Amino acid sequence: MEQTTVLTAPMAAKEMIEKRVEQFEYDNTSVRNFGLATLIFGLVGMLVGLTVALQLVFPVLNFDLPYTTFGRIRPLHTNAIIFAFVGNGIFAGIYYSLQRVCRTRMYSDNLSKIHFWGWQLIILSAAITLPLGITTSKEYAELEWPIDIAIALIWVVFGINLIGTIIKRREKHIYVAAWFYIATFVTVAILHIFNSFAFPVSFLKSYSVYAGVQDALVQWWYGHNAVAFFLTTPFLGMMYYFLPKMANRPIYSYKLSILHFWTLIFLYIWAGPHHLLYSSLPDWVQSLGVVFSVMLIAPSWGGMINGLLTLRGAWDKVSEDVTLKFMVVSLTAYGMATFEGPLLSLKSINAIAHFTDWVVAHVHVGALGFNGFMLFAIAYWLVPRLYNTNLYSKSLASVHFWLGTLGILFYAIPMYWAGFMQGLMWQEFTPEGVLRYPNFLETVTRVIPLYAARSVGGTFYLAGFLVMLYNLAKTAQKGSFLANEKTEATVYTKIDHKGEYWHKVFENRPILLMISSLIVVSIGGLVQIIPTLLIKSNIPTIASVQPYTPLELEGRDLYIKEGCNNCHSQMIRPFRSETERYGTYSKSGEYIYDHPFLWGSKRTGPDLMRQGGKYPHAWHYFHLRESTSMSPGSIMPNYAWLLENELDISNTQAKMKVMKSLGVPYSDTRINNARNELKEQADAITANLKAEKIEVKPDREIIALIAYLQRLGTDVKKE
Amino acid sequence: MEIIYVLLSVSLSISLLFLGIFIYNLRKGQFDDDYTPSVRILFDDKKK
Ligand code: HEC
Repeated sequence: MEQTTVLTAPMAAKEMIEKRVEQFEYDNTSVRNFGLATLIFGLVGMLVGLTVALQLVFPVLNFDLPYTTFGRIRPLHTNAIIFAFVGNGIFAGIYYSLQRVCRTRMYSDNLSKIHFWGWQLIILSAAITLPLGITTSKEYAELEWPIDIAIALIWVVFGINLIGTIIKRREKHIYVAAWFYIATFVTVAILHIFNSFAFPVSFLKSYSVYAGVQDALVQWWYGHNAVAFFLTTPFLGMMYYFLPKMANRPIYSYKLSILHFWTLIFLYIWAGPHHLLYSSLPDWVQSLGVVFSVMLIAPSWGGMINGLLTLRGAWDKVSEDVTLKFMVVSLTAYGMATFEGPLLSLKSINAIAHFTDWVVAHVHVGALGFNGFMLFAIAYWLVPRLYNTNLYSKSLASVHFWLGTLGILFYAIPMYWAGFMQGLMWQEFTPEGVLRYPNFLETVTRVIPLYAARSVGGTFYLAGFLVMLYNLAKTAQKGSFLANEKTEATVYTKIDHKGEYWHKVFENRPILLMISSLIVVSIGGLVQIIPTLLIKSNIPTIASVQPYTPLELEGRDLYIKEGCNNCHSQMIRPFRSETERYGTYSKSGEYIYDHPFLWGSKRTGPDLMRQGGKYPHAWHYFHLRESTSMSPGSIMPNYAWLLENELDISNTQAKMKVMKSLGVPYSDTRINNARNELKEQADAITANLKAEKIEVKPDREIIALIAYLQRLGTDVKKE
Repeated sequence: MEIIYVLLSVSLSISLLFLGIFIYNLRKGQFDDDYTPSVRILFDDKKK
């Protein structure tokens, strides 16, 4: 396919510059495919998002079906948006821009295809497993181990394709956008692998190798950096390519962009612990997180200002060109989110905001504003180019812009309000020194109108998105798709006295092979080293803290399956308002058998750390069957199927064995006797319920869940 | 809390890796020209 014209020009005595014009084609098919997937999954992800938002206003929308309850589909929403909508979006943007800044076709068409279809299969498997309750419970890393392995493999395919393209580039200089893409690839690979270490129990069940505080730390190191390197760096890279193209003027300062990149990379990786302030994490680690979070504001704002100043003297263009409008709002949202981020990591502000809707508002400014709007801008710019035509309707695009912008405002403002208000209500004491709102539910019902308002915001945003889909479909219809875009590049090659090209060395396949094998080998090595390293460190520190009984262990897995941790925390911070409400604050020694940790990150319901013994078994029975029967006005879903479903104990022993290998002290005799132990405990709970005139078979799921809830936080009380 | 040291060393390795990449590319002259690349990308898709 590649044609070469050779023109040689004599230069200095020993040096020659060879000038060739090479003709080749850009691959637009992968860009189109990823782009299409972005739009489809954007729609799905937003629809699910709107549903979960409405469920908090109208709990009937949980439909009393396991597959559609909040706890199971909230992860579906986050995964669909992050990995399907944004994920496909960045691949589309990267595949388009990378080929052009490198002046070459993607390294391999086959890898592009494997990457595309592999990624869609991963999304499909997520869409099936999450509603079924197959989850690890770790936020944004919920998918079970076989899917995790698939993600790692496909990610490496992407990486080889990316680095291969950069290596065979025709432009000596690597444009700054490509640097951002490289950082995305390398860092996400490492984060994903480290956070996903788990021991399988069965094909679809595994336990994190880390326990309690350690698991929490790894999770939020991952969570934070996933935001940095999945939701931020690729977007900044795309900004540095698409914004200048859209405005048809160079970036304000290329120097600043390089500075932006390198400082961001070096600072971001250290800020993770700001997700765990006031938790039982050592203080110095928390402070480290805070310091780096505050420093992060410099590169973030540097990047935003660089983008906005690119448009200096061209604001007339912005008012005409809708893609630029989307870009401006996107960058503004980025600026807001990156200003707020450091703010939220200050301890005093975090004390109010953590566990509330404030954080939900914060991430949506980022997701709807920064990520969403930039993807929309790129879509409006790209589709006409891919289809060799003009945008179908500028006015519809304008409508979308306004619906989207209002949507963001209507979403964010009520949620900030809700978060701030609820955070303060939780802390409020009367002059007599008792909690002003001792009933948690009261603080919930106060914010429900704000939840309703944010659903309106979400609806606006979604409506705008639908308008865009129509507009883009019409655009594609009137154009014709350009699968392979012919282009040419002039290549200057220095021939040294030995007659070798500098880039010939670069293009060597062995180098690529070496890099990829290095990646694979290091993954393999880490997989072996880390677990052994960590198991040793699970040394009990509080004598009275004991492993879960077999029944409680099964109950805990049901808690994970139903996603209770999406609404309930298990982490009491050392504030008077919290110890008053929930009991003694949490200590790291209490979590040593928690594989995975279940601290949660959002209190839509109250903390459950000290739930054990708070209510009788019967209360939980009725409450789980129908939450409003015990707590009128509750927005907790009903879990009536727990009363019907038989508890699956086929894996109980296997689970205990895995736990044992992770350092939980179950003796062999206890594991062998697990079924009897489980049955005895279940019978005792059933008998207790019977005394309250509740007839339930001891082998039902609800018994296990009650056993777990009644165990929560009770060990330290024995001290 | 051994995990802290694991994470610190992983984070540090990532940073060092990027530092290495940075220094290597600095020497290679990747960052010598801090203007033309920004203009050049505007002309990358001229169809002929
Ligand atoms: C949509 C969010 C949501 C989900 C999901 C959810 N809850 Fe709740 N939960 C609440 C709210 C709100 C309350 C407070 C009102 C009430 O008592 O119902 C609550 C209260 C509770 C209480 C009473 C706590 C107390 O001290 O008064 C328990 C126990 C409980 N939930 C357990 C669970 C379990 C177990 C699951 C998973 C099977 C679960 N919840 C899932 C929202 C949720």
